[in-house]
Amino acid sequence: MASADLSLTADYLRLVRRKNMFGFALLLLLAAAAGLSLHVGSLQLPWSEIFSALWNWDAADRTAHVIQQIRLPRATAAVLAGGSLGIAGAVMQTVLKNPLASPFTIGVSHGAAFGASFAIIFLGAGQAAGAGTFTPGLLIASSFAGALLAVGFILMLASIKGVSTEAVILSGVALSSFFGAATMLLQYFASDVQVAASVFWTFGDLGKAGWTENLLMGGVLAATLTFFLFDRWNHNALLWGDEVAASLGIRVRKLRLTAMLLSSLTVAVTTSFLGVIGFVGLMAPHLARLFVGSDHRFLLTSSALTGALMLLVSDIIARILIPPVILPVGIITSFAGTPLFLYLLTRKGKS
Amino acid sequence: MLALDNLSFAFNGRAILNKVSFRLASGEMAALLGVNGSGKSTLLKTINGILKPKEGAVLVEGVALHGLSGREIAKRIGYMPQKSSGTACTVFDAVLLGRKPHFDRSVTPHDLAAVERVLKRLGLEKLALRETAELSGGELQKVVIARALVQEPKVLLLDEPVNHLDIRNQLETMSILREITREMNLLTITVLHDLTIALRYVDRFVLLKDGALHACGDRRVMTPEAIREVFGMHAVIREIDGIPVVLPLGSATC
Repeated sequence: MASADLSLTADYLRLVRRKNMFGFALLLLLAAAAGLSLHVGSLQLPWSEIFSALWNWDAADRTAHVIQQIRLPRATAAVLAGGSLGIAGAVMQTVLKNPLASPFTIGVSHGAAFGASFAIIFLGAGQAAGAGTFTPGLLIASSFAGALLAVGFILMLASIKGVSTEAVILSGVALSSFFGAATMLLQYFASDVQVAASVFWTFGDLGKAGWTENLLMGGVLAATLTFFLFDRWNHNALLWGDEVAASLGIRVRKLRLTAMLLSSLTVAVTTSFLGVIGFVGLMAPHLARLFVGSDHRFLLTSSALTGALMLLVSDIIARILIPPVILPVGIITSFAGTPLFLYLLTRKGKS
Repeated sequence: MLALDNLSFAFNGRAILNKVSFRLASGEMAALLGVNGSGKSTLLKTINGILKPKEGAVLVEGVALHGLSGREIAKRIGYMPQKSSGTACTVFDAVLLGRKPHFDRSVTPHDLAAVERVLKRLGLEKLALRETAELSGGELQKVVIARALVQEPKVLLLDEPVNHLDIRNQLETMSILREITREMNLLTITVLHDLTIALRYVDRFVLLKDGALHACGDRRVMTPEAIREVFGMHAVIREIDGIPVVLPLGSATC
């Protein structure tokens, strides 16, 4: 019989603690970035006033308004949207067994963009989009429907027996191009104002989110994160192939379909509120994996935190780059994402 | 211990396995032999229910598997697929995954101790915290075997466990498998292509031809005639220093 010496287990548990520490460090960074995000802006506010506006929720002065109704909802939206995109990307990459899988490449974003354009051009919605702190309900509903259309198609394809995960990815690319063409067709026959509004919508913008949107996004994110964390060992098993997962008692098809459905829905909610935010869903899981590996006990929360941090920092950059202009955050994430992505690709090629 | 009763499997209306029946006892190594496409891998996957049989039953210790949940089957049967590739997780993580059928949502100290025991048994201590993506083929093979063993199964199904290993790792892996099979009183069924390795390490031989059972038994079924009928090859079996060697001579069809 083996001895009761558990030295390997002790070493292993130390490694586990280190990975947990990484999550904790991310959390601290995120808190710091959130503080900075509240501080940055055209209106210079001293830290003391920021804190008092946070503690004193009933205050009605200008500082309180800026913090409570503009900067805090914006920072919250960055955290929630970044978290949603990060976790959706991580889950999609695992269940589709492809490092290129992400909300953007799977067609959900383009579906939402098409839905938004449809609402703006055909249904006359959202003429005020980008002007206020809220986006009209019709626009949100329509872009959500567009995203659902893409989700439905992908799920239908994924549920057909014998269709490979590569085929699902490739059809996402085709679907993106289809929705892109459909959007352009709509725009071709639209007025200048409508084209401007529909193009403007696609720039992912955190300023669109108010507290209602944040509440909804937060609810959806909390639900999906909890669900996927319950499923973490099933996702780990999937890393070793469908047959291994099945031999461990996992119903692989059901797991893949529910994971795709939930992750796509999360992204559909985010995108219909904020517009298209590229690269976060693709990059955040890759970055997190560099530090904690592919184990979903750590990868899921780390991807969510990394996504949140990426989006929050991108938003800060978007606000200070060309003051007083606030750039749409989607532009920053794609700009920053491309070199980062290329770096990862060449790094992968070496090993 | 393991009994197959008229097990059949069909894919798209084409019969792949045709009424396969045999019995094997625990504490034994068995080899599944046959040409490519004779249904060996399919048979393994049908035994543990990854593929649903068209008809027939699989019984482990008298319990029919088709009524059991995937998790209950996983507690009885461990499986290793033909190809494995490592990922960004450590050897310890990879083996711990094998405890999945036993723990509910989170691992317990009992699971960790089980992993440690198996890692030590297979001599993988030094690799425990290495990433599986960095391992050599032989090392990864042992890790995957460890994962199947930590499931504490009664039956171990291994699809070509030594095919892409060098000769040293082939012999090492086969002798570890034989030792563990005896120690844990398992039934280990391996798909093998090398008949010499099979004769050297295995107690029971299951010969498949065109999805049907050709023969099942001990060494005495491995005759030149059986090899000719199953593989279409003339072969001689000689003993060199007491070790049986199968020497294929040439195709029997021309």
